[in-house]
Amino acid sequence: MPDQRAPTPSQTVGPFFGFALPFAGDADANASAPLRIQGQVFDGAGAVVPDAILELWHSDAFVRCATDPVGRYRVTLPRPRATAGPDGSRQAPHLEVSVFARGLLRHLETRIYLPDEEAANAADPMLALVDPARRDTLVARREGAALRFDIRLQGVSETVFFAL
Amino acid sequence: MRTEVAAPQFEPPYLHPDYRATVLRAPGQRLVRLPEEWFHRTAGPAFGRIPVSPSDADLTRQHQGEPLGERIFVSGRIIDSDGRPVRATLVEVWQANAAGRYVDPVDQHPAPLDPNFTGAGRCLTDAHGEFRFVTVKPGAYPWRNHENGWRPAHIHFSVFGPQLDSRLVTQMYFPGDPLIPLDPILRSVGDRGRDLLVARFDLETTRPEWALGYRWDIVLRGRAATPREV
Repeated sequence: MPDQRAPTPSQTVGPFFGFALPFAGDADANASAPLRIQGQVFDGAGAVVPDAILELWHSDAFVRCATDPVGRYRVTLPRPRATAGPDGSRQAPHLEVSVFARGLLRHLETRIYLPDEEAANAADPMLALVDPARRDTLVARREGAALRFDIRLQGVSETVFFAL
Repeated sequence: MRTEVAAPQFEPPYLHPDYRATVLRAPGQRLVRLPEEWFHRTAGPAFGRIPVSPSDADLTRQHQGEPLGERIFVSGRIIDSDGRPVRATLVEVWQANAAGRYVDPVDQHPAPLDPNFTGAGRCLTDAHGEFRFVTVKPGAYPWRNHENGWRPAHIHFSVFGPQLDSRLVTQMYFPGDPLIPLDPILRSVGDRGRDLLVARFDLETTRPEWALGYRWDIVLRGRAATPREV
């Protein structure tokens, strides 16, 4: 008899979620001054990942977006605010990002920090726990009127992921 | 202060070469651990924008006619690691039809589509953390992971729960399926993990002369409610 309280293990989302998980308006949360974020997902060989589905959220919004045939996603949502952190500190405004895909037996969790919040990012207690050489993988960059945030699952410039 | 007793864990590794797609998609760097209270226990995504109506839980009534296959009930309870029910949380399911074919255009398996079956459903758990779906038993289907590879019959589940930690996407399998010991995806969680992913046949929820009942309980990480300090 297995331990009843052991968490139910994860299994991959697989390749066939496209008729089930997307919903009308899934990638665009209503917002008066929306933040547009776009990017691509890449695997360890640098190939695009056309069968991932991302969830991005913060305290005021939730969006879901499947990648297209060239691994692209594009979402709009309200700008996140700074939140409380450990010991009276402040966490810089950020989004939580969950990555689901065929080949991911468990989802990956990362964060998007904003490029125009340099001071807040420099003081962020969570970014401080990340190897300084890899921190920039967590900060979006400007791309026209939008922000760009690519996700590299493996290899050179691999995105920082957080242990679940 | 609460005493924390860590539950045994049977999560799959990211890299599991027998499941070939993990080889280029598993992160190579060590995952960064953030403090529990400020990461794992922060509120999870508010899923309220995902539409759900009571009829979404019956996958056999989404078209004019009834789907072919063995009609089944799939029900269970969602609890947190302390055993408390997770109420009013969103459960999404999707599956192949009885012939082992997904509606999804990505699926090229030359088994018939069923015009009366889409294979996607949603519901919210009730006050006891219970969910219940009516569907047909999905068929096994081939995949090209390895020579003559077949996936055991399964239903995909997506569950939110209250906090970042509790988000779960997984698969439920059926008891007695001969493909279970051969499946690289299921083998990634070991024998004890596998036992947690296989439903049980349940005579109590089986309705005479109508449909078989399967029960499958889901345990989410974290807590359904934050305990107050007394």
